[in-house]
Amino acid sequence: MPAQSIWTLLSWGPDGWSDDIASGVLVTIALALATLPIGLTIGFFVAFAKQHEEPALRLAANIYTTVFRGLPELVTLFLFFFGMPLLLQYLVRLFNPDATVDVNSFIAGMIVLSLIFSSYASEVFLSAFRAIPKGQYEGGYAIGLSKWQTMRLVILPQLLRIAFPGLENCWLSLLKDTSLVSVVNLAETLRNAGVAARVTKHSFLFYSVAALVFLVLAILSSIATGYIQRSLGRREAR
Amino acid sequence: MSVSQAIAVDRPPPQARGWPRARIVGYALVGVWVLFGLGIVAYLVHAWNAEFFARYAPAYLQGLGTTLSLVAISMVTGAILSLPVAYGRMSKSKILSGLAYCYVYFFRGTPLLVQTYLVYYGVGSFRPELETVGLWWFFREAFYCGVFAFSLNTAAYQAEILRGAIESVPRGQWEGAASLGLHKLQTLRKVIMPQAIIVALRPYGNELILMIKASAIVAIITVYDLMGNAKLAYAKSFDIQAYIWVAIVYLVMVEILRHGVEWIERRITVHLKR
Repeated sequence: MPAQSIWTLLSWGPDGWSDDIASGVLVTIALALATLPIGLTIGFFVAFAKQHEEPALRLAANIYTTVFRGLPELVTLFLFFFGMPLLLQYLVRLFNPDATVDVNSFIAGMIVLSLIFSSYASEVFLSAFRAIPKGQYEGGYAIGLSKWQTMRLVILPQLLRIAFPGLENCWLSLLKDTSLVSVVNLAETLRNAGVAARVTKHSFLFYSVAALVFLVLAILSSIATGYIQRSLGRREAR
Repeated sequence: MSVSQAIAVDRPPPQARGWPRARIVGYALVGVWVLFGLGIVAYLVHAWNAEFFARYAPAYLQGLGTTLSLVAISMVTGAILSLPVAYGRMSKSKILSGLAYCYVYFFRGTPLLVQTYLVYYGVGSFRPELETVGLWWFFREAFYCGVFAFSLNTAAYQAEILRGAIESVPRGQWEGAASLGLHKLQTLRKVIMPQAIIVALRPYGNELILMIKASAIVAIITVYDLMGNAKLAYAKSFDIQAYIWVAIVYLVMVEILRHGVEWIERRITVHLKR
């Protein structure tokens, strides 16, 4: 193989690898964006349970965060990726003896990242819950709102505004954690860069490209979150 | 009359009686966790395999040693490296603070896995050049590459912790020390640091926990740490308990550390409590 110049390697098309890496970037973004709503929802409910007066609810939520913040992300990922098919297969074979179950690495990654993201986000939500004075709830009840309405119309808007900076950090670490799913063969940025590195023997070049991609994603996110934060700030009651 | 009637005490509101919905949900969720825990215990008992244990337990112990030494070396090297970075971040010189900012941004903005690959596969691909400089022995070993990447990474985080802690001490403390005739280094050591450490303890503890968790990554670049041995055991036996055991070990380690940090924090903030 003739020595290829760096620019050929990075070109778009059959000789270059830019198109492969770009498709990996799309998978990375899709994975992070698919995880975000699930993780935020679970995280909110876990935080809600953690500040509830019912001890059993608090206990259940505390076990959740202890487990998923205590386990290394990689261990959680492997446990789910290899353990879930076993469990599912066991359950499915109760009904259909010769079924085989395979877990998609995108789905497995999404579940694991949601678990991890939600347990970190729940801490952020919890401190936001604690920053909201009790009078806000009482005021809501006093004008005749139900518990659910008070939560949705009075507490949640303030909660989001307080929690936003913390959630931004959670989002950035989620973005970085997506790279871990490459080890279970999901064709995301790092995986595709690794393939390119192995084929062309230009490891330093392609891993630098991967690092650059994650940096650019982080910069783009902070631009976007800065914009959202300004618009949240504008809505704040004066 | 008794005294208790005279003093109004703020008591927490009485517990709700009966079975409100939250309690039912709470008990159900705790029940799910208990079932889950029992399920894992039952599985481990059911799958108990003395041969598996005898074969892999020593490897796990050795892996634990590798993990701990990797984290310890990286934390210490990172702490040393973080000093100039934190100095640069707080420096008035535009160039110094810009450089330190770029360093911190790069290492906090990219995944540790990418950084580790960049060192092990990326730098390792310059073998002839490294051999002429005489550094090949270092970058040939996956363990050293892991230590290298982890030290650089944690240095960025620790520099930010250090900077945050030092900047949390009010300026008046510096001015007060200066008016007493202490020079800068003395002020830092005798006045600022004792106050900054209280602020920095918890983030440092978190960083240590994060490092222990992140150290599982080196298993991917063929280091036989705790996770690496679990991967090997799984590849040989296809037995999921390889990962369950390793998960339990990591969880116990992290919990011990977390409670240890909380205990130290309680001890060094005794004078702040009333």
